[in-house]
Amino acid sequence: MGYLRVTILLAVPLLLQLSVPSRAQTGPQPSPPPFATTPEDGQWTIPQKNFASTRYSDLSEISAENVKNLQVAFTFSTGVNKGQESAPLVVGSTMYVLSPYPNILYALDLTQPGAPMKWQYNPKPAAAAQGVACCDVVNRGPTFSNGKVFFTTLDAHVVAVNAETGEEVWKTKLGYINRGETMTMAPLVVKDKVIVGISGGEYGVRGWIQALDANSGQSLWKAYSTGPDQDVKIGPDFKPFYDSDKGKDLGVTTWPADAWQQGGGSVWGWISYDPDLNLIYYGTGNPGPWNASQRPGDNKWTAGIFARDADSGEARWFYQTAPHDLHDWDGINEMILLDMEWEGKPRKVLVHPGRTGFVYVVDRTTGEVLSAKPFAALTAVTGVDLKTGRLQYNADKAPVINRVVRDICPTASGSKDWNPSAFSHKTGILYIPHENLCMDWESVEANYIAGTPYVGAEVRVHPGPGGHMGEFSAWDVREGKELWTINERFPLWSGALATAGDVVFYGNMEGWFKAVHARTGEVLWQFKTASGIIGQPTTYRGPDGKQYVAILSGVGGWAGAIVSGDLDPRDGTAATGFVNAMRDLKNVTTTGGTLYVFKLP
Amino acid sequence: MKVYLVLPLVAFALAACEREDREYRANPMTAESQEKIALVPLSAGPSGPTEYRSGLGKEYEENAFHISQGQRFYTWFNCNGCHANGGGGSGPALMDDRWIYGGQIENIVQTIREGRPNGMPSFRRKIPDDQIWEIAAYVRSMGRNVPKAAAPGRKDDMSPGPAEQRRPPGQVIDGGQVPPSAQMPQ
Ligand code: HEC
Repeated sequence: MGYLRVTILLAVPLLLQLSVPSRAQTGPQPSPPPFATTPEDGQWTIPQKNFASTRYSDLSEISAENVKNLQVAFTFSTGVNKGQESAPLVVGSTMYVLSPYPNILYALDLTQPGAPMKWQYNPKPAAAAQGVACCDVVNRGPTFSNGKVFFTTLDAHVVAVNAETGEEVWKTKLGYINRGETMTMAPLVVKDKVIVGISGGEYGVRGWIQALDANSGQSLWKAYSTGPDQDVKIGPDFKPFYDSDKGKDLGVTTWPADAWQQGGGSVWGWISYDPDLNLIYYGTGNPGPWNASQRPGDNKWTAGIFARDADSGEARWFYQTAPHDLHDWDGINEMILLDMEWEGKPRKVLVHPGRTGFVYVVDRTTGEVLSAKPFAALTAVTGVDLKTGRLQYNADKAPVINRVVRDICPTASGSKDWNPSAFSHKTGILYIPHENLCMDWESVEANYIAGTPYVGAEVRVHPGPGGHMGEFSAWDVREGKELWTINERFPLWSGALATAGDVVFYGNMEGWFKAVHARTGEVLWQFKTASGIIGQPTTYRGPDGKQYVAILSGVGGWAGAIVSGDLDPRDGTAATGFVNAMRDLKNVTTTGGTLYVFKLP
Repeated sequence: MKVYLVLPLVAFALAACEREDREYRANPMTAESQEKIALVPLSAGPSGPTEYRSGLGKEYEENAFHISQGQRFYTWFNCNGCHANGGGGSGPALMDDRWIYGGQIENIVQTIREGRPNGMPSFRRKIPDDQIWEIAAYVRSMGRNVPKAAAPGRKDDMSPGPAEQRRPPGQVIDGGQVPPSAQMPQ
């Protein structure tokens, strides 16, 4: 723990990059687009911090020199001992904290000592939703816009709450738990639209993204991830870069008859927005079932990245990170929007550290993949062919019906799951909290019964090369290489936060909240919280003018379900195989649900 | 020479007869066995709850054929999607000793039939009654609350851990809401 490593990996000969060799990049580091560099107001109003999703704050009172003096300012219990994946928000002098199911929203008064509760709002979601939540009953955060706080509930409602009073403004039901539909993502508000998507990729849902009127909760547009072009909102404006995404009704024809109806492609991760292009960017989840032999074809439009017009929802381009996904590699991870020079020309790019194990740099106006470099140990994929855009699978690691295929890296949750990276506007470095995990996989026949899982795989996850399961890596986007890495015993399931004080924050599943030097990776300060950390750190300037750092502690999520769900470590396939790797977690941490806020003395 | 070979074979065959007491009961979807059970050991009055068991439970959970049928149906009806191979997932672990809704086979039959509020689907009229009993008998075998001889051996699929037959005899502790935190891996 805490030991440093200078650029490694490339351990396996399989890591042949199919890209044109040594496109060495020179010129300036990538930079955030102008719409993400407005003067720092000291707030943290949306989990992504800004539309470019850089999760960077210009606050610098807490610096590499003084961070060692950080101390607890106040704490707060969410009252729920399940996985706390949410981001604490700060708007004006109020902090908003959202619990996992039952999704209680708390407002804390930052002007008073100890930040007492102003109000709480309980949407009282249906308890039965817990059964159809694949990976603990998490929620990835509320979002604020124009006087209202918006969030999703586990039983597939979206609510708008008056940010001042805590009164419900509207509540819209968007899914049915009897079809396995739940909601876990943080909405993004673009102009007057609240954009949300559906979870349930392990239950045979048909994924979609939807825009609601921020004032009324009425649906304005809805685009499915599978099915006919009309349902997917693919029209004349759709101009994908690669040929395999061109053609009519691919959301039907790349599936066996009717399989797209329960084909997954859920939308449960992060949305970014480019106001200049008026495009939103988000990923679609894995196709269902996991057993790929039941769905021959590319399975459009699952496991990929969509660019859509924010007003109409019409698709602009799509790039499939995992065509005919074999291993549950959703495309839902964060989309970080940057400007950078590429082969001498300025490009507007989208950076996506994917579950497949590659950091994708994609031209966000066209959907062209500029580079895809591995950031973790991989055996199941050999690279991305930049001519066709296609992920190159290693046939030896492809699943076989009723046979166990061993040492597939990355694992089902990917080299990196949902927990977002941060990009420092100051260092130009991307900080990626991720996993070093492999798995054994046996495909078995999956039976579709609505309201029950639709998976068809027996999985056992195990640590990757070296035995440690988590890595916190500093990544040079332009060069496509790792600068340094901190190894962690358990997978990293918490997000990252970058600050102008040259300090980067993240937490680990043992419960340590860490501040590391943005340039060297030296651990400058760490604090042991009550439970494992899988949340998203945020920072803000309090009413007293001081800088604060906030994090929720409370282990859970897919990786931590062994503790939050009290699963039995004797069954390696529990929690869809994650328990096999996490048996020790029960000896290290217990459940929790506590907000910690830190400040300098 | 031959006799020596045949004798043990006969013995095995006889033993197998003992173990496999098959009953072919045609059970329409609508028929429901009616056991009168309680969910708690506490009752009004000192005598404990009034219960009535027909004996069906014993028939199922001491029978290797029923249990192995139950194992098949457990996957067939996607129980494994939520409970894995007993260790749990979105649903609680079934191989452990704590039972929120009771760990007797009659309780488990009830759980499967009626569902439970925190996300256990109701399977009434989706699974025929005798198959529900078979699944419940298999669930009982996960924590080895059935005779060793009746519990399943290693299965063909990926091994999740030791087979039911090789697990030590379990116990049933009712009321599993509060987990013993940070239990050492067994
Ligand atoms: C959609 C997910 C899901 C499916 C499918 C499912 N279960 Fe459950 N099950 C749950 C959840 C969630 C609970 C906990 C319910 C509660 O606490 O109210 C549960 C509870 C139970 C319990 C009670 C455990 C206790 O401690 O009392 C048993 C027994 C059980 N399930 C067996 C089964 C069997 C057998 C099947 C297949 C026929 C099945 N389950 C299918 C989710 C599921």
